[in-house]
Amino acid sequence: MTSASHPAMIQISNLKKAFGEHVVLKDISIQIERGSVVAMIGPSGSGKSTLLRCLNLLTVPDLGSVRIGEQHFEFDGKKSRLPRDRELASYRARTGMVFQHFNLFPHMTALENVMEGMITVLRTPRSEARSQALALLQKVGLSDRADMYPQKLSGGQKQRVAIARALAMRPDVMLFDEATSALDPELVGEVLNVIRALAADGMTMILVTHEVAFAREVADQVVFMRDGVVVEAGPPSQVIDNPQQVATRAFLARFNG
Amino acid sequence: MYQWDFGSLWQFRSIIGIGFVYTLSYTVAVIALGLLIGLLVGLGRLSSNPFISGPLRAYVEVFRCTPVLVQLVWFYYALPVLLGIEMSAGTAAALSLSLYGGAFYSEIIRGGIVSIDVGQSEAGWALGMTRLQLMRRVILPQAFKRMTPPLVNQSIMQLKNTSLLSVLAVPDLLYQGQIIAHETYRPLEIYTMVAIIYFLILLPATIWAKKLETRLSALQG
Repeated sequence: MTSASHPAMIQISNLKKAFGEHVVLKDISIQIERGSVVAMIGPSGSGKSTLLRCLNLLTVPDLGSVRIGEQHFEFDGKKSRLPRDRELASYRARTGMVFQHFNLFPHMTALENVMEGMITVLRTPRSEARSQALALLQKVGLSDRADMYPQKLSGGQKQRVAIARALAMRPDVMLFDEATSALDPELVGEVLNVIRALAADGMTMILVTHEVAFAREVADQVVFMRDGVVVEAGPPSQVIDNPQQVATRAFLARFNG
Repeated sequence: MYQWDFGSLWQFRSIIGIGFVYTLSYTVAVIALGLLIGLLVGLGRLSSNPFISGPLRAYVEVFRCTPVLVQLVWFYYALPVLLGIEMSAGTAAALSLSLYGGAFYSEIIRGGIVSIDVGQSEAGWALGMTRLQLMRRVILPQAFKRMTPPLVNQSIMQLKNTSLLSVLAVPDLLYQGQIIAHETYRPLEIYTMVAIIYFLILLPATIWAKKLETRLSALQG
């Protein structure tokens, strides 16, 4: 996946995380190249969402290190060594996160949701943020919904606004945490179309997903996780079409039924 | 049958006027100060540092679990002795009513903040907001909508509690009424009038609060 002279853009090394007695991640190491699309699949509770959240430090790992581009954090299990608020914020600003339950700001219109990060975090002038936000809403096909509040939007529309909001930060990587799991089946397609378009644009993305067919279509790498470990990783032609591990086969059998 | 005589009260209008001004001024002061204390304490209690949240919790419980009249008297008689300072009745009253109200305001504000879904904080953090930006841009605007009706209710209580000022001989509406009552021996008319004045101030306030509540809940959808 990478050579020594050319370090990967994203590097997760020896990551461990436990919630109390329950160990969620056991020594995970993954590298991700710029412009690649990685799909993380696996049964519920396998740790894939936790891994994603550890990458932008919404969940703080116990041990190990994460690096995106030049920014690097190491964790040694001591609480006193946690990164400071400001450091965390500037790191997180470079990753775009899309949540299962959208988490749009209900007191702002679709347009204001997209503008918020640019104005508050990037300090973009208002008029410029506005025109960029409008362009992003157009990109996700929602120009005509700019002045609507989230409660008036469908699930698929909300999620597309959430994607535009994350893109507005011009992130190095987009993280999708089960972005279509909360959607009615007929609304899944419109969100997947947006993700597909982003992949075609060369955006680096990590998708935690249950859409195995979609993962096979857009992902360069598929990571199959179970019980906090990476069971199998590689191109979809290998992991999905020709899995080597019993656990992977058992998991995929449910989808090929 | 008692012969009502409200007409004779007219000559005391300036005394009542002073009481009215005192009541309103103290109301504004104890609401403003109480809200300020409530905001600081409410935010402070969310701190993960037990040396900050612990004492604040103790403050809230002490003031919530003792009668406000006892606090008022204690602030006037006991505190100056303990601290070795002089405190006017007005200062003691304003201080205790503000601290009393602040304890309740802080619970409303804290409750409003923690009622906001954690997904909202995560969305803000994911955008790269600092704790302060998150509070200011995401959490507080949503929380204030939920807090407004109970804050208005507590403020109405604050106004009513200013009637306790009379115990410390601060010339509020009730105290001025007592003076007139002693002079005229017409307590029925006086206290009826005082009650009506309170009612006329507060009825519009409660109607307004109700309207605000309806409008805010409509806005939240």
